[in-house]
Amino acid sequence: MGFRGRIEALSAEHVGGGLPGPELERRLIELGFVEGADVELLHQGLFGSDPIAVRVAHATIALRRREAMAILVSAEIPT
Amino acid sequence: MNTVASLAAPTVALVGNPNCGKTALFNALTGSRQKVANYPGVTVEKKVGRLTTPAGRVVQIVDLPGTYSLRARSPDEEITRDAVLGRLAGEVAPDLIVCVADASNLRLALRLALELKRVGRPVMLSLNMMDIARKRGIEIDAARLSRDLGVPVVSSVAVRRGGTDELLRELDGALASLPAAGASSWCAPDAGELRGGQHEADRLLCAAVRRTGERDAGTARVDAVLLHPVAGLAILLAILFVMFQAVFAWATPGMDAIEAGFHWLGDFVEMAPLPDLLKSFLKDGLIGGVGSVLVFLPQIVILFFFILVLEDLGYMARAAFLMDRIMGGAGLHGRAFIPLLSSFACAIPGIMATRVIDDRRDRLTTILVAPLMTCSARIPVYTLIIGAFIPDRDVWGFVGLQGLVMFGLYATGIAGALAVSFVLKRLIWRGSAGEPFMLELPDYKIPRLKSLAIGLWTRAAIFVRRAGTIILAMMVLIWLLATFPQPPEGATEPAINYSLAAMIGSAIQPLTAPLGFNWQINVALIPGMAAREVAVGSLGTIYAISGGEEAVDKIGQALSAQWSLATALAFLAWYVFAPQCASTLAVIRRETGSWTWMWVTFFYMLALAYVAAFATYQIASAFA
Repeated sequence: MGFRGRIEALSAEHVGGGLPGPELERRLIELGFVEGADVELLHQGLFGSDPIAVRVAHATIALRRREAMAILVSAEIPT
Repeated sequence: MNTVASLAAPTVALVGNPNCGKTALFNALTGSRQKVANYPGVTVEKKVGRLTTPAGRVVQIVDLPGTYSLRARSPDEEITRDAVLGRLAGEVAPDLIVCVADASNLRLALRLALELKRVGRPVMLSLNMMDIARKRGIEIDAARLSRDLGVPVVSSVAVRRGGTDELLRELDGALASLPAAGASSWCAPDAGELRGGQHEADRLLCAAVRRTGERDAGTARVDAVLLHPVAGLAILLAILFVMFQAVFAWATPGMDAIEAGFHWLGDFVEMAPLPDLLKSFLKDGLIGGVGSVLVFLPQIVILFFFILVLEDLGYMARAAFLMDRIMGGAGLHGRAFIPLLSSFACAIPGIMATRVIDDRRDRLTTILVAPLMTCSARIPVYTLIIGAFIPDRDVWGFVGLQGLVMFGLYATGIAGALAVSFVLKRLIWRGSAGEPFMLELPDYKIPRLKSLAIGLWTRAAIFVRRAGTIILAMMVLIWLLATFPQPPEGATEPAINYSLAAMIGSAIQPLTAPLGFNWQINVALIPGMAAREVAVGSLGTIYAISGGEEAVDKIGQALSAQWSLATALAFLAWYVFAPQCASTLAVIRRETGSWTWMWVTFFYMLALAYVAAFATYQIASAFA
């Protein structure tokens, strides 16, 4: 919780789940997850801390951890 | 309006992300009566309206389902794509596209605007909810944005008088000199193009928008509580519980008033100098039948009040977030929460709302279980039986026992739905992982009184119209069945025992005897197929006639005198599961495009209802 970082890359190939990698990647981009965008973990669910609510730029997006695994983020060093 | 003008009216399409206030803008532009909602996917149907611009130009406005991209992922978004590209059969391509954007959340909208530019039609960007953006310290250089983006940019405040003036003026200008239709260079973008589009949108944003304050402070504070893993779930349950208690407690004065009104009307007819048969038709058939259904209007209005407020607040998407894991465990998609919650009001809008679920199997599962959610048409039946058989006292000092039983019936429906979807997922559709749950959580917004009023009015009107048409017709049919043939001379038994209704009721008696149902119940169940609440009026008609003296508003007393508690409970159990609604089945047929799924729904619900009523009756009888 409260984790902040910047998106380095999207890698949806090995996420598995209901969608083929390229489709998942497109959907993530459509919700604003692109390289260089700032993200912050805002909320998480009760069971298995899933799903999560992520602030990406100026919007809040809810998604499951499995799909979030496709978003590679470099942590921001707390100052 | 003459035909020539309407044929010549240019078409303007409204396209935008979910939650951008597009529907509110559509309402403001056309003055049409519709729901304004705050969660993704409420605009499931294409809506068309007309407006006249300041220059006197008649324009046809099309409100299209919210989307993040023209690359359609659901039936909803396919409508948007096909409408924009002019691929819909019998529809022309729009002459102009207005891309509606939430001014305080422009990022994704700008990428969509860039994509829309490639369609080859003139595009205009409308920065909606400008008032909220200004209040939050977001400054947008519209001239700069317009120059960089290469399309006109206007600001709008849909909920304020005069808030659409600028848009209308600009619309006039643009429509005055429409270019010839350009060729569309749009094709479904791949990841690289989408990425490029978003990067370009970010550059535009950076150049034209200055924001102070990262996040809406109010939303952040409220979410800290409402999305808390434990407190959030507890609050969600508490909200649902308060909702159902309120449906009972707050509705009483209104219900008493309506009941008194129909009673007075019945007495009035009784005194009139009319033949006995006509008097019976008016009093028992018409007034009694319709009155016993209309009396539930206050409860339905209160339920819809809660649903509409939660929608407009932006809480529905949060509820989906909180429920995702729980629903996922049962094989349901988090997005199914919204359709299923709507199904508490009525399964028909709920089933139609499943169009927001992209995956076909997830959508089918939701459609199949939606009728198990306790719709408002069941409320009259539940209230009648609970009022007659469950004592009105408090348990644990503060919770009404009647409300608790009601809550239990809702819970049983929900548990049934979860169980059915679990079975579907594990046994029928084994091995296919579902669609990912991805949903934008919009900032909270104070619901507008006007949009609430319009929403409530629409729902109440639908209910009253049903009472005045389908239910009225059923009531007359029931009265006919219960009155003819008339008893022979010198008959000793009540007149209804000689009627057609009694014959039908007795004919299916062997089937329903193990459920504890008598023939009167059997009779009431048949017209109850048209609409669940008709069963209440039917029971009233049947017992009012057979009792002779009893007034229809005494149905409850008549039932408690003639049914055992076990029968009453079995009847409730039957009503939790039974497919007692022909219109729901018709909508399933339409939305799934197959008769098969309609019959699957019908028979699985019938089987569940039979088993549940059977078990309830046998167990309750054993304890009695």
